[in-house]
Amino acid sequence: MWKWLHPYAKPERAYQLCVTLQPYFLWPGILCLVAGSIWGLAFAPQDYQQGDSFRIIYIHVPSAILSMSTYVAMAVAALVGTVWQWRTAFMAMIAMAPIGAVVTFIALFTGAAWGKPMWGTWWVWDARLTSELILLFLYLGVIALYGAFEDKQQAGKAAGVMALVGVVNVPIIHYSVEWWNTLHQGATISKFDKPSIAPEMLWPLLIALVGLALFIAAVTVMRMKNEIIRREYHRPWVKDLAARALGGDHAV
Amino acid sequence: MNTLINGIFKRDMALAFRQRSELAQPLMFLLMVITLFPLGIGPGPVTLQKIGPGVIWIAAILASLLAMERLFRDDFWDGSLEQYMLSGQSVAAIAAVKVLVHWLVSFLPLALFSPLLALFLNLTVDMYIALMLTLVLGTPLLSLVGAIAVGLTVGLQRGGVLLALLLIPVFIPLLIFATSAVDSAALQLPYRAQLAIIGAMLMLAMASAPFAIAYALKVSQN
Amino acid sequence: MQFDSLHDFLAMGGYALYVWLSFGVSLLALVWVVLDSASTHKKLLRNAREEQARQARIAAARKAQAVHSESQQTGS
Repeated sequence: MWKWLHPYAKPERAYQLCVTLQPYFLWPGILCLVAGSIWGLAFAPQDYQQGDSFRIIYIHVPSAILSMSTYVAMAVAALVGTVWQWRTAFMAMIAMAPIGAVVTFIALFTGAAWGKPMWGTWWVWDARLTSELILLFLYLGVIALYGAFEDKQQAGKAAGVMALVGVVNVPIIHYSVEWWNTLHQGATISKFDKPSIAPEMLWPLLIALVGLALFIAAVTVMRMKNEIIRREYHRPWVKDLAARALGGDHAV
Repeated sequence: MNTLINGIFKRDMALAFRQRSELAQPLMFLLMVITLFPLGIGPGPVTLQKIGPGVIWIAAILASLLAMERLFRDDFWDGSLEQYMLSGQSVAAIAAVKVLVHWLVSFLPLALFSPLLALFLNLTVDMYIALMLTLVLGTPLLSLVGAIAVGLTVGLQRGGVLLALLLIPVFIPLLIFATSAVDSAALQLPYRAQLAIIGAMLMLAMASAPFAIAYALKVSQN
Repeated sequence: MQFDSLHDFLAMGGYALYVWLSFGVSLLALVWVVLDSASTHKKLLRNAREEQARQARIAAARKAQAVHSESQQTGS
């Protein structure tokens, strides 16, 4: 069933795939992000309770959701690399880590900026923000561990182990932090519960979500190309590529 | 298998006790950290009792991060780790025994000192019992999961800080449930649920960590 | 359009700081990550080209050496 994936175990094929996919991820992604943001900022109705501050949702929710999905995707790549010994899988894993960390940071920052008008304080140890913070540490751990090894084959395997240990932990962390939070902060009830969201508010949210997902895929593909070049530096196909890029200065 | 386990057990115990000062360091660290809290926050007994369980558990986690590097380091530097891995014996079993020795050597002093710590932080008897139960169940979990990260970073320069970064997110659920158990004990509420969850995490770790540690060692030792 | 004027839009009902800070920082972060990836790409390819040129120069120099010493040998 997965036979069609097999050619991509070779870095050269994977590189070609990345080059092909990049424009299909990047431009629709940017378009959807811009469209969703403008719709959310200017055209979606105000929230009756929170006024215009609630427009932050159009970045906060997509980034929070995608920060977790990217981690899971990273862990899947780690699993493929560990079980089937594919170098390209580890390259994909480490390509996803930085953009995942940036998106997690965005979720945290926008969460804090939203928290100030909502709860009156920039930071609050609410279950979601706390879990996001721990997720950021998980990302940074994978990145740091990969960077600590000279031999990148080793680095990929080591970082892969931690990504997998982390992914097992993500549900445990979520459950425990949520439970911890209800214990200690019974008085604070989140105003943004899950009301039935009006369609005028839902559409920009979905578009922003799709846009950010495509954008993350685009950056992953770009960084994967870089990692492949770094690791395959001495191969003839990389040398050809570098020589050809001399002609035009557009990104190949 | 039995001779293997016995042999490594005896060897590691002997080696550990030969360097008693190195054993004492994490313990001293623990004591100092716990002493710093009343000094920094104020000696009010009510406050201390409230933060007590958290402080002790945090200090235990930090001290164990310090102590954990020892797990494979000496064997790595004198070549015996390589010998273990080349020997054809089950690396998972070897790892499990080493973690057991490490836990005994790190935890027993902590258990001995815990009445003193409870006294410093004004814990009640109920809280102390709950604390001991969480420590008995939770510290093996720290050692087992910590050993996976130690296995990955053995031989790296500046592995210590990296180890902390890797392990703190992993230890957070344990911290939450352990402190919750002791807090419940303070309020005379039942805490069997928290202990059960820690126990479940421990069972999972006991079943899978030795193999993960063996794999980690394989990765880092090439 | 939910706002009556550009001024109202920028003011965001009094929450201007939070909304624009959020969108602004997010935009900056995303732009930074894309630019960093693209510039690293160019840098890697440029390094590969320079390395290749260097290897070519070294090979040419060695060859010239070999030819030179050969001709010296056959000469004498």
